Amino acid sequence: MPQVAHPAFLVMGAYATYVLAGYGVDPLLAGLLLMPVFFVFGLGVYQFYYSTFEGRGSDQGLRGIAFFFGVAFIVQVGLILVFGVDQQLVDASYIGTSVEFGEMRIPKRMLVAFGVALALTSALALYFSRTFTGRAIRAVAQDEGALRLMGADPVRIKRWAFGIATATCALAGALLIIVGPVDPNVDRLYIGRTFCVVVLGGLGSMSGTLVAGLILGIAESVVLTTAGTAWAPAVAFGILLVVLGVRPAGLFGR
Amino acid sequence: MKRFLIGALAVLALAASMPLIFHNEYFFFAGYVVLQFIVLATAWNILGGYAGYVNFGSGAFFAVGAYTAVALYKAFALPLGLQILAGAAASGLLGFGVGMLTLRLRGIFFSIATIAVAIVLETVVLNWHYVGGAKGLPIMRPVETPFFASHTVWLFFVMAALAVLAVGAARYIETSWIGRGLRAIRDNEVAAECSGVPTLKLKLGAATLSGALMGAAGAPYAQYLSFIEPASTFSLNYAVNALAMPIIGGMGHWIGPVIGAVLLGSVQQIVTVTISSEINVLVVGVMLVVFVVAAPEGILGLFRKLFPSRKS
Amino acid sequence: MTPLLQVKDVSKNFGGFMALDGVSVDIAQGERFGLIGPNGSGKTTLINCVSGVLANDSGSIRFDGREISGLPAYQRTRRGIARSFQIPRPFASMSVLENLLVPLEYAGTGKLDEAHEILKQMGLADKAATQSNRLSQVELRKLELARAMAARPRLLISDEAMAGLSSNEISEVLEILFKLNAAGITIVMIEHIMQAVMKFSQRVICLDAGRIICEGTPAAIVAHPEVQRAYLGA
Repeated sequence: MPQVAHPAFLVMGAYATYVLAGYGVDPLLAGLLLMPVFFVFGLGVYQFYYSTFEGRGSDQGLRGIAFFFGVAFIVQVGLILVFGVDQQLVDASYIGTSVEFGEMRIPKRMLVAFGVALALTSALALYFSRTFTGRAIRAVAQDEGALRLMGADPVRIKRWAFGIATATCALAGALLIIVGPVDPNVDRLYIGRTFCVVVLGGLGSMSGTLVAGLILGIAESVVLTTAGTAWAPAVAFGILLVVLGVRPAGLFGR
Repeated sequence: MKRFLIGALAVLALAASMPLIFHNEYFFFAGYVVLQFIVLATAWNILGGYAGYVNFGSGAFFAVGAYTAVALYKAFALPLGLQILAGAAASGLLGFGVGMLTLRLRGIFFSIATIAVAIVLETVVLNWHYVGGAKGLPIMRPVETPFFASHTVWLFFVMAALAVLAVGAARYIETSWIGRGLRAIRDNEVAAECSGVPTLKLKLGAATLSGALMGAAGAPYAQYLSFIEPASTFSLNYAVNALAMPIIGGMGHWIGPVIGAVLLGSVQQIVTVTISSEINVLVVGVMLVVFVVAAPEGILGLFRKLFPSRKS
Repeated sequence: MTPLLQVKDVSKNFGGFMALDGVSVDIAQGERFGLIGPNGSGKTTLINCVSGVLANDSGSIRFDGREISGLPAYQRTRRGIARSFQIPRPFASMSVLENLLVPLEYAGTGKLDEAHEILKQMGLADKAATQSNRLSQVELRKLELARAMAARPRLLISDEAMAGLSSNEISEVLEILFKLNAAGITIVMIEHIMQAVMKFSQRVICLDAGRIICEGTPAAIVAHPEVQRAYLGA
């Protein structure tokens, strides 16, 4: 499915966290609270997408892509109109303080974000490997027909997957704004990072995705320190282009 | 074909005689933008509308044309005609390159790659000080423009010629075997290949031509503004408009992108001046989604529903 | 005389799953050849390898004496291998006639009369101007065959052209295929409907789990214990 609006949902999650944090809600808690809301939102978006494009059949590719692109664009411009182009921050007890390990000082916000991200990823990995629905989601990408034979409805599975993906955006968005300031234009950057990680890791591979995420993170910080901030945005996309050209199946694909 | 040629000449003659009717410089300034969008939308449609491969990075192709022109102008003071040729060649090459990289894969990979190219190139230009880097570079306009009332009027005419060229190329492709092959690719790529269509070659050709036309549209941009800087040249607006205009106008016929460009282009000129540029791009985004959902055949499709007797 | 199509030791592996495991078969000029086998036995993979939709991992495929296994699909079509698809893949935005014009212009003679001629042969003449996504199931099947024919093939591969059709419609399609064969076109028929394959084919092979389990006349195939086991799972 051509879901190119995903990074926009991520930024939306960050902004929703920002709004809740404005009422004094802890940003992490806000992210968790937003998950069910985003889940339902995701179900709705998929249902709409399905009934207007996939269900209709012919030529869904082009228009589906254009649809999600338009949605992403509207989210971005909408956020600019509501919040302005300035960067936004949240505050919590673990933001701005740091933990010392001997010589090293690690900001607590980083540790929190890292821990939650790891927990979220592990939970998803477990979900995809242990539950029937989780496995069905992985199967639907490969063979819809076989899934139908197993008695599962591919449309329902995909809708469910879309909901989970969108819900994940809520928490990930909260982490994003905990780690650093957010402005509406970052979604362009995250399009690059998201697809870079996914393609590099190989579509549908959880462990590949983790490793790819690490590689990208390291590559970005290396470029940041050696070539300066001005080059940072190009890293994710540069890697993405190289991978597409050399190994479209990803690092671990066959 | 003959009718189209006469029409094309008439449009050019009209563009050339505009200064006799309008004396307000702003008309040409705004008209240039609309014509530029006709070229961009038509170029996008050659790959997007006919073959079904969605380019999200039209801004990059436009900007490569613009910056190629600027660099050559600064280095060798090339005349505008050569700048346009060079801009078209550079963007065409870019289209070919991105195509080589991703056109073997599913369509979505091509779309993502075009975003990637846009951001990588914008970063490169931001760090390229010869053409002004992030601060931008003022461009001196030539002092004299023989035969034309002002430099803006001259650029207006040049863009009108490019628009006619782009639409002519699109129309030729659409009505020939090339267009049929591209549509076969869009409808079903495997079946197209098995029907003898060299799908990769055709897609590469379309990507190259589409890129070249976008580059040509971008080449006079710096002269038009007397200035160039990366943020506005690589603007997402070009990407969104280049895609929204054909979809809103109708992708199946060469006139569709023209209708979309004229309509959206003029509306945007008015909205930007009277309300705000953010509202303006929001309007484009919303219209894009509305049309994709409710009127997948665009304005042309709506038109055909109203007058079903007329055959394509 | 060299066979028109020579498939030798062709294998295809999908991520550890052997879809084709050393398949060899020769098909003679003018033959009516049947390909049967249970679901997932590799029938469609085999013809995908022959038509160039997939590349075979190993082995050789020769057409008219020349190696073709490295060629892209469109060049194989131009050399004379045309196919229909199991699930019809019409060019949905085009009319029936335009659907035929694609192969006609890219692989065939380019003569418009020929498209009309083929449509008449297939019984689709009155549908020429209809948009292809408005066709009925049987018309779509016929369009698949008509489009393949417009490439002027010497070898026509019909992939389950009769699935889901009524018995009247089946005999209609069979008759068309007999006529094409009489005109000199070699035909490979992949079919689940036994009665149709057996009536049509001069020679049949049965695939199971990527291997040919037997080869022979229709009567011999039906009587073969391996075939019965593959089909009945006994």
